[in-house]
Amino acid sequence: MISVQGLTKRFDSTAVLDGIDLEIEPGERVVVIGPSGTGKSTLLRCLNFLDRPQAGTITIGDLSVDAAKASRADILALRRRTAFVFQNYALFANKTAKENIMEALVTVQKRPKADAEARALEVLRETGLDNKADSYPAALSGGQQQRVGIGRAMALDAGLMLFDEPTSALDPEWVGEVLDLMRRVAEQRQTMLIVTHEIQFAREIADRVVFMDGGRIVEQGPPGKVLDAPSDDRLRRFLRRVGQ
Amino acid sequence: MRALDLDYMIGLVPVILGYVPLTLFMAVAGMVLALILASLMAVERVIKVPGLDWLVMLFISFFRGTPLLVQLFLFYYGLPQVLSFLTQINGVTAAIMGLTLHFSAYMAESIRAAIAGVDRSQWEAAQSIGMTQGQMMRRIVLPQATRIAAPTLVNYFIDMIKGTSLAFTLGVTEMMGAAQKEAAGSFLYFEAFLVVAVIYWIMVEALNQGQKRLENHLNKAFAR
Ligand SMILES: Nc1ncnc2c1ncn2[C@@H]1O[C@H](COP(=O)(O)OP(=O)(O)O)[C@@H](O)[C@H]1O
Ligand SMILES: [Mg+2]
Repeated sequence: MISVQGLTKRFDSTAVLDGIDLEIEPGERVVVIGPSGTGKSTLLRCLNFLDRPQAGTITIGDLSVDAAKASRADILALRRRTAFVFQNYALFANKTAKENIMEALVTVQKRPKADAEARALEVLRETGLDNKADSYPAALSGGQQQRVGIGRAMALDAGLMLFDEPTSALDPEWVGEVLDLMRRVAEQRQTMLIVTHEIQFAREIADRVVFMDGGRIVEQGPPGKVLDAPSDDRLRRFLRRVGQ
Repeated sequence: MRALDLDYMIGLVPVILGYVPLTLFMAVAGMVLALILASLMAVERVIKVPGLDWLVMLFISFFRGTPLLVQLFLFYYGLPQVLSFLTQINGVTAAIMGLTLHFSAYMAESIRAAIAGVDRSQWEAAQSIGMTQGQMMRRIVLPQATRIAAPTLVNYFIDMIKGTSLAFTLGVTEMMGAAQKEAAGSFLYFEAFLVVAVIYWIMVEALNQGQKRLENHLNKAFAR
């Protein structure tokens, strides 16, 4: 069970997250949509303290962290229960595709190297990149880099996978292969919190769609309800704008 | 004007070459220690440990702000008068210490700038997988910063090799000291110091070639 209560983030004095409450069931796939500048990235980044929230409680399984008094150990523990997929991939530039995936397993999870390597190769097969194991990120296309980025997150076996617009930085030709991989991850009933503008994709894989505006959750529910029969005006306007 | 005594010079080459290992020992030891110290100071300058930051800044400012020769004299001749446990220190040790402290101050600044040049997303990715600050620095940030700083660091190593000649002023018989002793007997100062100059020159040129190889190696990950 994942639970977020009263999550608040201010930059200077403006509240970017204005007391977010969110519950996610294990295996649930939640898609967050909303206009840009609304706090979607900030929400994801606060969940693993890439941005430090000022208030709120984050619970992932048996770990509960009060943002106002989170210690360094709390933050590390939270990060070890989450996996993050970045918009700009953020692969380790000094490591090969395989090493990118192994890194957390060896350094953070302290698994034996052979074990980590076997897992990395397995993940690379799942992402269809086994022939790129020894390539450095600079030698990979955007689509391939993001697939490694997703593979790096998959290998962690974290309780919650966070995706921050994983296809927004990609050339259109690579979007399909990344969405395909995310579908496969979704089929494994991973718990996923995904920010995306791919409404069609949301309709396919989401158990629930959350609409954010102005640092708050305005409406949420099953995709059929939120995307096809929205009740909030701002949501209706947003959907019209993105062509739904 | 007189002709160069070539035979004398050729005879002197093996004598001076015999001191190359000592020169390299001082330079390599100084470089390794300076790299460690500089990396620690650079990381401190980036993450700013409270209470330590001003000390590191003071250190860097002092060792960049005063001449190497003055620093060497201060250590070798000056400090033992104040700190009695230093009386045992020999010239080679003092030279390595001086070179280490002096060059670490410069290298700390170039490593700090290189760390700042590593893309922000690399830090965030390292944090997102749950690395500690130390793991992030050692495994992700510093290796990438090294690539950025490498050309500058090789230049400091070259300066360090040349700087070892100052050990002569601390009574160490290295290449320069050996040439001085030889010339004192033969009075062929020009020949003796020319041999020293050419040997330094060849060593530095060899390093410049090595630097090109090193850069190719470090850029391997970034080539398409
Ligand atoms: N580091 C920061 N400093 C100041 N303001 C920020 C920072 N990061 C984000 N913001 C602001 O917070 C708001 C929400 O940003 P973000 O979470 O990136 O929105 P979204 O992902 O929904 O487009 C924006 O107005 C943005 O300008
Ligand atoms: Mg965003």
